[in-house]
Amino acid sequence: MIIASNVTKKFGKLKALDNVSTFCNKGECIALIGPNGSGKTTLIKSILGMVVPDSGFITFKDKNILHHWQYRDEIGYMPQIGRYPDNMTIGQVLSMMKDIRNKKNALDEDLIHSFSLHQLLNKRMSTLSGGTRQKVSAALAFLFDPTVLILDEPTAGLDPVASEILKEKIIAEKEKGKLVLITSHILSELDDLVSRIIYMQDGKLVFHKSIEAVREETGEAKLSKAIARVMSKQSVVE
Amino acid sequence: MIKIIKYVITDILRNKIVLVYTLFLMASAFSVFGLEDNSSKGLLSLLNIILIVVPLVSIIFSAIYVYNSAEFIELLVSQPLKRKSIWLSIFSGLATSLLIAFIIGAGIPILIYQANGIGFTMLAVGILLSVIFVSIAMLATVKTRDKAKGIGAAIMLWLYFSLLFDGFVLFLLFQFADYPMEKPMIAVSALNPIDLSRILILLQLDVSAMMGYTGAVFKDFFGTYVGILFSLTILTLWIAIPVWYATRKFNTKDL
Repeated sequence: MIIASNVTKKFGKLKALDNVSTFCNKGECIALIGPNGSGKTTLIKSILGMVVPDSGFITFKDKNILHHWQYRDEIGYMPQIGRYPDNMTIGQVLSMMKDIRNKKNALDEDLIHSFSLHQLLNKRMSTLSGGTRQKVSAALAFLFDPTVLILDEPTAGLDPVASEILKEKIIAEKEKGKLVLITSHILSELDDLVSRIIYMQDGKLVFHKSIEAVREETGEAKLSKAIARVMSKQSVVE
Repeated sequence: MIKIIKYVITDILRNKIVLVYTLFLMASAFSVFGLEDNSSKGLLSLLNIILIVVPLVSIIFSAIYVYNSAEFIELLVSQPLKRKSIWLSIFSGLATSLLIAFIIGAGIPILIYQANGIGFTMLAVGILLSVIFVSIAMLATVKTRDKAKGIGAAIMLWLYFSLLFDGFVLFLLFQFADYPMEKPMIAVSALNPIDLSRILILLQLDVSAMMGYTGAVFKDFFGTYVGILFSLTILTLWIAIPVWYATRKFNTKDL
């Protein structure tokens, strides 16, 4: 569904993405993991067209995304740090997004209700706590029932109850056959979610394997331990 | 695109600065017309206010607004919207609200006291200048990521167009005093929208007689239909080129 070919992006001297090629298929739940600054968010932003790669290209459903923008209609994106116009209220942001997306089919307002955002509609974005902002971001990502969900550190800053609600929602959407792309540092959370793993380091894609393969190779059942083993192996090789 | 323009305009109207700007224009226009017994004298004073204030407010307000909307822009870019239409909507929203402010603030007094050719030229010039400086601000903001730097650049651009450029022209005139500089001056004036606007209005006010031979050459050129068409084309280019270039830059900008 999404194919990235030889994507390279430099920010000044820093190579944020170094010749990254990968693919994501429908019905998968892919974890994008790697140390801080390994280029995960840059890769996500390139898929969304927010960052324009220096070379290489990304296709969405066999169409190069460079000159297309309609494809973003099928993506729900939850940013790492949700930034919204300060002087708008939650209700205004939600209705603006509905207005812009102009979706004919039913909206998925599950998260708005389970996070009880409907009681906060008159609150201004500038007065919200980091966690509530995350809830708004999550609600917006799922609102339009998109076929692809891109979640950048979805549970960072959420309280345990909210993060459990979000996790259940992610699993439910995955069951519906949607593509879920997720980055997280809390590996224990990913255990029962993901089917494939993309591991990145220093802007390079180190491996792209199914979770079973990773478990088999490392002999660890827990994802966190398996990745820890991979990471230490990496440093030995270097 | 219309939807985004609507959001931009409601957002701008919600912060009261544009309203204050309208009231300021209106107050200064009425007082200037009220002070002078001859309303064309009043128009001359108003000209100076408009040539300083309109570009200043347009460029600074637009630059700050674009930087403050960074979050809004980021949010929109991840949505199924064309980057070009996001950027042009912000431009149109800014231009429309500043235009409305100018038309209400300066237009009403001008139409009351000077509803003639000169008054309409002045209105047209003010409208064009508002849009030109929004356009230049869009260019300054797309080029720099840093807020302080971008707003600083906007202030410098305004200083350049309102003050420095005239100094530069004077310097040129003194250096080449022995040569016939009148015709090249027409070309040089095209390099600054504020100067071009001033010339356009001064020539209509018949004070060009005081500008000596250069004034006569200017009158010969800018007084004709070709001249007016020329200056309107140049002013339109001053709108189109910065905004076109800024849109191109924005299309490949990383957010």
